[in-house]
Amino acid sequence: MLTVRIIPCLDVRDGRVVKGVRFADLRDAGSPPELAAEYEGQGADEITLLDVSATPEGRSAAMRTVRLVRAVLSLPLTVGGGVRSASDAGALLEAGADKVGVNTAAVARPALVSEMASLFGRQCTVVAIDAHRLPAGGWEVVTLSGRERTGLDAVAWAAEVEERGAGEILLTSWDRDGTKQGYDLDLVRAIASSVDLPVIASGGAATAAHMAEAVRAGAGAVLAASIFHFAETTVADLKQELSALGVEVRT
Amino acid sequence: MTDVVVVETGTANLASVLAGLERAGARPRTCAGPLDVERADRVVVPGVGTLASAMDRLVSSGLAEPLRGRVLAGKPTLCVCLGLQVLAASSEESPGVAGLGVVAGTATRFASGVRIPQIGWNMVEPAAGSRLIEPGHAYFANSYKLDSIPQGWAGALADHGGPFVAALERGAVLACQFHPELSGRWGLDLLQRWLSLGHAPGGSGASARGGAPRTRTIPGRVRSGPRRPSRGKTRRRGAPC
Repeated sequence: MLTVRIIPCLDVRDGRVVKGVRFADLRDAGSPPELAAEYEGQGADEITLLDVSATPEGRSAAMRTVRLVRAVLSLPLTVGGGVRSASDAGALLEAGADKVGVNTAAVARPALVSEMASLFGRQCTVVAIDAHRLPAGGWEVVTLSGRERTGLDAVAWAAEVEERGAGEILLTSWDRDGTKQGYDLDLVRAIASSVDLPVIASGGAATAAHMAEAVRAGAGAVLAASIFHFAETTVADLKQELSALGVEVRT
Repeated sequence: MTDVVVVETGTANLASVLAGLERAGARPRTCAGPLDVERADRVVVPGVGTLASAMDRLVSSGLAEPLRGRVLAGKPTLCVCLGLQVLAASSEESPGVAGLGVVAGTATRFASGVRIPQIGWNMVEPAAGSRLIEPGHAYFANSYKLDSIPQGWAGALADHGGPFVAALERGAVLACQFHPELSGRWGLDLLQRWLSLGHAPGGSGASARGGAPRTRTIPGRVRSGPRRPSRGKTRRRGAPC
């Protein structure tokens, strides 16, 4: 039986890890390879690296960062942020990513998901969905770090990307990101029950209890960033607490 | 330092496999052609994607036959993920496409009721005769798998909606459905055990050059699943299945 994965996420800008609230107000949080190695030592199951650079210089720095992290990391590495084409994805895989996440570009051109799946395999193809809760109910997919509304229903979009060859869904609640109020459990439940793909819950985690709730809602993995970077907790502590809460983790 | 050659079956996990081998102490290089596969001390076959795309690449680059030959001869060969399925006769994923056929059987898709692809860490339990695999968690990323360990092979099992083949071993050939290069310390230890394994000409019965053959107590919680009767270690399979 699969254990639940804990995935520290490194938001990287110009070669440094940063973290903000609702995708803004970024603070420096350290060196990517050092943090990745530290988290592997703590028992992390995977590392996700999101390039939040806004410039071409930042993009090439991200490629260097992937190489540096790959050299030290014996865990799966997912890289996303700014991937526009299958050749962008290929370059990241060549630099050492195991999986590539796409978001905005997939919404703009859904065939990108099928292209990546056929070129690199389904298990390399992660679709990141940033979902914004609507007052009237349901969730809308947002892109460009939350700046753009798409009109797409998040549940329908998840089903479509599964059909097109996605291997995994990285599901972020835009409303909860960085808030430490816990994952949007209704969102996790709605998506996880509508696809067979593994779902990674993201956005809002502060405690092991939040993570256990997301697992019960159907997530196979839980992603968090700020709680790890600012030493509020460690992966090892969280795993111990999760285990006590009845969640099976790798030790 | 032994010569470790990595066959390019596609883009996807080549960099990770090279980096993992380097962390394990090897100095791998990528494959330059069929002679490399025939003669290198050690050959690694990574692979992600479909059986059809991997076989297409192996056949068009002339590597399929030498690879088949070295697996049959039990020369040090490590196959990862799709690399394991390439050894099989066929896969439901690519109907009509022949694999190398050195392992009996067809790769089948995981049954419904579990998340597909299987992505994450699953418990690997060595089955009878395994020399290289220790019990532990390994990282998997697959939708297709072999259902049972074929005759003439040792190996290990894991469970995702039912038992499936996590690894196969024969001679100095190790084929892993999981990714040892992404399986943390446990995976690194396995890579190092394979790298220090000697090759006894003749296909089977190779012993670890780095030390005495390891003995292991099979854990009490061995799952029920396809099992093969234990066979003499000197048995040699002369023909593909």
